[in-house]
Amino acid sequence: MDKKKLGYWLFFIALFLGPLYLTEFRLALLGKFLCFALVALGICLIWGYTGILSLGHGVYFGLGAYCTAMYLKLEAAGGGLPDFMEWSGVTGIPAFWRPFANPAFALGASLLVPALLAAVLGFLTFKNRIKGVYFSLISQAVVVVFVTLFVAKQDWTGGTNGLTNFTTFLGFSLASPLVQIALYLITVLILGASFALAAALTKSRAGRVLSAVRDGENRVRFLGFNPTSYKVFVYSLSAALAGLAGTLFVLQVGLISPAMMGIIPSIEMVLWVAVGGRHSLIGAILGAVIVNSAKSFFSESYPDIWSIFLGLLFIIVVMFLPNGLVGAIESWKKSRKKSRQKGGTADAADSVVS
Amino acid sequence: MQPILSCRDVKVSFNGFQALQGVDLTVYPQEVRFLIGPNGAGKTTLLDVICGKTKASDGEVVYRETENIRRLQEHQIVHLGITRKFQAPSIFANLTVWENLELSLKQKRSLWAVMRARLIKEDKEKMEAMLGRIGLAHQRHQQAGMLAHGQKQWLEIGMQLMQEPEILLLDEPIAGMSETERYKTGELIHEISQNCSVLIVEHDMEFVRNFSKQVTVMHEGRVLCEGTMAEIQQNEQVAEVYLGRRESAC
Repeated sequence: MDKKKLGYWLFFIALFLGPLYLTEFRLALLGKFLCFALVALGICLIWGYTGILSLGHGVYFGLGAYCTAMYLKLEAAGGGLPDFMEWSGVTGIPAFWRPFANPAFALGASLLVPALLAAVLGFLTFKNRIKGVYFSLISQAVVVVFVTLFVAKQDWTGGTNGLTNFTTFLGFSLASPLVQIALYLITVLILGASFALAAALTKSRAGRVLSAVRDGENRVRFLGFNPTSYKVFVYSLSAALAGLAGTLFVLQVGLISPAMMGIIPSIEMVLWVAVGGRHSLIGAILGAVIVNSAKSFFSESYPDIWSIFLGLLFIIVVMFLPNGLVGAIESWKKSRKKSRQKGGTADAADSVVS
Repeated sequence: MQPILSCRDVKVSFNGFQALQGVDLTVYPQEVRFLIGPNGAGKTTLLDVICGKTKASDGEVVYRETENIRRLQEHQIVHLGITRKFQAPSIFANLTVWENLELSLKQKRSLWAVMRARLIKEDKEKMEAMLGRIGLAHQRHQQAGMLAHGQKQWLEIGMQLMQEPEILLLDEPIAGMSETERYKTGELIHEISQNCSVLIVEHDMEFVRNFSKQVTVMHEGRVLCEGTMAEIQQNEQVAEVYLGRRESAC
């Protein structure tokens, strides 16, 4: 157990020291991947621990990113009209945009908007005992609704292009390498804190209720727990984590568009967790970093056929590693321990005989 | 004596099929009541109605003569003190025996309370005592899914008892158990009835004969008769229901 903890500390310290050994380009990539890891952490909580498969986390990621992007856009416009609104022929800033000029409001909204949407959606579906594949389908439908809405309302959302061309965040220039390093470090700290929080949750008695909901939701009712409130809570928490990831993403990448919250990215998010290991929080984080690193490595080295390699990786994991990389390592460790124990008892038996 | 549970004219229909056609049943405190009857008589459906799994289409299920629980949700019925053991052992396979018992503790079940819950000494003592009572003290750190069938059944009974119920509903508790396990379970049920009422659905007539006082016979969604096992064996209607098929087969 303690060895594990030490490993986690070393992992996060290694990430924190990233600026010392990574080039500016690689650091920016890793920063982006760590945002994805934060989404993966939330998906691991709902899917791996509670058994809710959401294929719509792109929406929560996107909503978080848009909330922060609205602030960045207004700051870049310096009190005037954001550029894309001028192009669309809008004459004044829409009323619902105005509060986002306040950074505290925008950052708060990037957490609360996804959390509240998830809470409402979760309450309606979980209370009516909609689960499994039906829930997954509903979550996909929500993605379609939001992407369509964001593309259609071009004058409010920037349409297909999304929101980009930011200049400063709280007065700091986003183009400055120092600011980008600071944002990277903040991302590492937030990811570490979220990991600790999620780990504490899964280790608490509430965490055991969540796994109980996964293994037998009806049984949980007959122990006197109402699964609805537990599911709504964890779903909403994971949406908030995705929203937070969206904020960190838009600050580092400088762009958010409907394509990044669509169906394909939403499914990719689940794949990260599947590859890393859905029953392990650290697995989810590693999965997001590994899959995205592989994606950028393959696309740099084999620009023509890189997607085939990625597809191959997914097939291998799904066919041979049903519990992901971490699950495979753990079962390997277990079988080694068992064979060692067997060896031990065999020795004991030998000594009795001799 | 005031009854702890009364079902009055309970009806259940599944897509037009009348599974229960007006059942009246009264259970008194600390009573062990057996429900018997041929397949499809509605015994399990009646337990489902009492614990809230199935909603009755008509009638009343009254707890302690004051509260109609017919429309309550499952967890609310548990909070009143009515717990249910299902036919197939339904324990949490991926949690350990100890963790299964921990979730079953009588406790505040709200999210906020459970998130902050710590195992206090009193809880641990209760869990230890239960492990001894259901004979799983050595398996406490084993994953519940790895237990033998009979042990799973006991674990589930233990989980119900941890909740300190007023009424315990058992659906074929001895199915798949060995002779000694059956006997032990019977003893356990009588021990339990010191503190709560037990309503048992059972097919094994020898077990019913050995451990029952009051027996209710159900047939085609109705209560056919009630009485001790000796009385029931004398009842012609019951003989017809159970043996009629044999006669017609001759």
